[in-house]
Amino acid sequence: METRAFQKIYTKITQITKATCSLNATGVGNEELALVHGRLAQVVKIMGDNVTLQVFSGTEEIPTNAEVVFFNRPPTLKVSEDLAGRFFNSFGEPIDGGPEVEGEEREIGGPSVNPVRRMQPSELIATGIAGIDLNNTLVTGQKIPFFADPDQPYNQVMAMVAMRAKADKIILGGMGLTNDDYLYYKNVFEHAGALNRIISFVNTTEDPPVERLLVPDMALTAAEYFAVDKNEKVLVLLTDMTLYADALSIVSNRMDQIPSKDSMPGSLYSDLAKLYEKAVQFPDGGSITIIAVTTLSGGDITHAIPDNTGYITEGQLFLRRDTEIGKVIVDPFRSLSRLKQLVIGTKTREDHPQVMNAAVRLYADAANARTKLENGFDLTDYDQRTLDFAKEYSDKLLAIDVNIDTEQMLIIAWSLFNKYFSPAEVGLRKDLVDKYWIKDN
Amino acid sequence: MNSNNLTRGKVTGIIANLVIVEVYGPVAQNEICYISHDGTALMAEVIKVLGDKAYVQVFESTRGLKPAADVEFRGHMLEVTLGPGILSRNYDGLQHDLDEMKGIFLKRGDYTRALNPDKEWDFEPIAKEGDMVNAADWLGQVMENSIPHKIMVPFNFKGNFRIKKLVKAGKYKIYDVIATLTDEKGIDVEVTMVQKWPVKRAVKNYQDKPRPFKLLETGVRTIDTLNPIVEGGTGFIPGPFGSGKTVLQHAISKQAEADIVVVAACGERANEVVELFTEFPELEDPRTGRKLMERTTIIANTSNMPVAAREASVYTAMAISEYYRAMGLKILLLADSTSRWAQALREMSNRMEELPGPDAFPMDLPAIISNFYSRAGFVYLNNGKTGSITFIGTVSPAGGNLKEPVTESTKKAARAFYALSQQRADSKRYPAIDPIDSYSKYLEYPELQENLKKDIADDWVDRVMMLKNILIRGKEASEQINILGDDGVPLDYHLVYWKSEVFDSVILQQDAFDKIDCNAPMNRQKFMLDKIYDIYYTDFNFDNFEEVNTYFKRVINLLKQMNYSVFESKDFYDFEKELHNIIDERKVS
Repeated sequence: METRAFQKIYTKITQITKATCSLNATGVGNEELALVHGRLAQVVKIMGDNVTLQVFSGTEEIPTNAEVVFFNRPPTLKVSEDLAGRFFNSFGEPIDGGPEVEGEEREIGGPSVNPVRRMQPSELIATGIAGIDLNNTLVTGQKIPFFADPDQPYNQVMAMVAMRAKADKIILGGMGLTNDDYLYYKNVFEHAGALNRIISFVNTTEDPPVERLLVPDMALTAAEYFAVDKNEKVLVLLTDMTLYADALSIVSNRMDQIPSKDSMPGSLYSDLAKLYEKAVQFPDGGSITIIAVTTLSGGDITHAIPDNTGYITEGQLFLRRDTEIGKVIVDPFRSLSRLKQLVIGTKTREDHPQVMNAAVRLYADAANARTKLENGFDLTDYDQRTLDFAKEYSDKLLAIDVNIDTEQMLIIAWSLFNKYFSPAEVGLRKDLVDKYWIKDN
Repeated sequence: MNSNNLTRGKVTGIIANLVIVEVYGPVAQNEICYISHDGTALMAEVIKVLGDKAYVQVFESTRGLKPAADVEFRGHMLEVTLGPGILSRNYDGLQHDLDEMKGIFLKRGDYTRALNPDKEWDFEPIAKEGDMVNAADWLGQVMENSIPHKIMVPFNFKGNFRIKKLVKAGKYKIYDVIATLTDEKGIDVEVTMVQKWPVKRAVKNYQDKPRPFKLLETGVRTIDTLNPIVEGGTGFIPGPFGSGKTVLQHAISKQAEADIVVVAACGERANEVVELFTEFPELEDPRTGRKLMERTTIIANTSNMPVAAREASVYTAMAISEYYRAMGLKILLLADSTSRWAQALREMSNRMEELPGPDAFPMDLPAIISNFYSRAGFVYLNNGKTGSITFIGTVSPAGGNLKEPVTESTKKAARAFYALSQQRADSKRYPAIDPIDSYSKYLEYPELQENLKKDIADDWVDRVMMLKNILIRGKEASEQINILGDDGVPLDYHLVYWKSEVFDSVILQQDAFDKIDCNAPMNRQKFMLDKIYDIYYTDFNFDNFEEVNTYFKRVINLLKQMNYSVFESKDFYDFEKELHNIIDERKVS
């Protein structure tokens, strides 16, 4: 970050905490960027002449006579087609050894879309994973997180979804990624030969945690450029939002704010909504879809972070290891895509909604049968058949290594119904049974 | 107002959207001011005064704002503009017309007007020259989307007035003078079709506010039959995410028998508001055959819009509802979700470094909530006509735990409680209103009981009360069966359980996405309830529990087919006949 001529340099810091420092300065605007002792900082509070700055990389070693220079602008990102294929840090500076990107300078975290200018999302995103496409269909303009425990392969699944989705641009916002995961993403993108449509903003665990507060805004500013200016379909991947929220709580704590539930700032809902609500379908074809990761601690979804997220996002996806088949599946009970109603049965085959529900219902019957078995009650013939069905359903459709199109998923589902049940037991609408039930002989 | 008398000030401090202003003159609590920033004026509201410092919450982002910026106070509180043209509009929380705003993104300080000043309305006088009138009395009316929109003496006029002049029927614009009134001192005042009203003050220009006594049909069986809401009543719907709050509220907004529906989308998902924008202009009101949008006003402050305006949005919606109630109309006001509003209060209280109450919410949260709910109600206007505001708010309890401050405060204020249960949602029993935890206090009102007896049936209230018992006993039986096993309980337990299951499956559960089942009128609800009571009182013959299971599954299936068929159609009666055949199979003769 260059300094400019005729800039006023302040050299008298009056207060330093772990994340902030204060000084007397005039003519400073709210949320403006500054350079403190060579580190980037942002104005978070102004009281008369006294200005409080949040120093992103921490205040270690900052002396009271450090040089402070104000930029007279909030954080920005230079946007142009040249962003494609590049890797940046939280400040939008290249970390791939390439040149600085030239382009129009835009403020990050800009205003919201006027709700009357939005379109109702209606375009399906195919991922090939039946646990998603069949049971929890995703739609452009949707925002949906994976709720996952840290040991689950959510980064792999997300990378897979990103590679298969037919998006014009994929933007990765990595917050507190381990270096290994960062290299994994880089590797996947390079191998897929998809590098030219991928943009990454990455804050790894090696970087200071507060810096990651900038990552989602950087990623979404780039996304808005491609979706609005270029009418492109943009997919934004945000991992891990729990670490983002943790950074928020660090800052609010340092600013002496009163914490609300689970030591999170009282504004957590608004802070998260401001990001997730950037997901949008525009009338001109451009769209921003957000797939995020919220790691849970011990599967607890009542914690403030997943809880607030659930109220904001349009559904959530859960992964689970199915011990019967030894694979990770997309949990059909707890996962939900709120926008699937807009596409299933209309953009997909007519039998999709009914087949989806029937299969999940039978899978639930199998779960009941298993409980019965565990409690030492006898199984009926029907119970036994649901258990066999569940195993095959899990293996052929729910497992995350499945990669087929929606029509094939439906064909497989019908063949499983046929193999284990009578039409009456499946309970589908009569006209669909007449049309799709596989006739024996 | 003379602009020379307005108080001015300068910005001295900024913490997010809380701005501290040094004032050079008098300033009032909740007064509106505008802060100049880069050629735009940002609207703000005074929320605290300390010496010569006014603490104001800005309804916009304060990014880039600098100390010493000029501030101008306006001498009034946050106001709505009331007049013909509010229906079918999409407003932000401060009543700016969203459709009038230019560009894809919301711009700070882009304050569009609430009403179209150029549109001409067909005015017809109701009062006549020489009449004595008071505030809220009807002077005349214009037709707004087929709803008679009364032009009233402004609500803030105090004392008696004589109509000196009233224009003849004809076309007028909203700012044309339509009447000249003379007050008690002989001073003339001109009245147009437009008036302003401070949103946080309740409109009280009515004669009387009795206890509500009339059922408000919503077409949702578990509400209308089991826990009814009434005209002028208050209800709330708490529920964890994914339990179907929004689907239920949308169903109520489409089907309820109200003249006007005001929806305050307060801090919720933008795509849900887009659903209203997209569907309401297409959907028809089943009673009038006109598009739903014609009777609807949407106040949209979605979760990504400025937080301070979120609080304003529910008040704006309430003030608009009160305006239409004064015209003798039935208003349904829906707010999704009041928790987001409470959170907005929490954010501000936090920034002002107030001592926090439970869960860091402000101490006066219960008072604020009950005060707001009390503005709903059924009223007799001064001219003897009636009007009502029925208010239903959703609550999004943190972690799905109903023992949190917003739910608890709301429980004290609202009279009907519709608890959405995660368990019912998980087992796809929609709408997931828990029949046992939920209640409607109105069912205990003798005024309502009398009306239900008169309009539906003499024994209606008794049947509804008994239904609750049946459901509780069914739940107990099902718990016993789960613990002791199917074989471990007497056959009677299975009968008790399955009979309650019939009520649950056919009355309580309802398919909001089915064209026919989604909306059940009261006569249909009565028909089905009577039908199931017939089954309930029938003695059946069974040898073992497996027979009970399969038999009642068939019974439920047929009753559900009846729900899915057009009422009293051939299909409907065919299914009924089939049902009777099944009943006869096992009936003890």
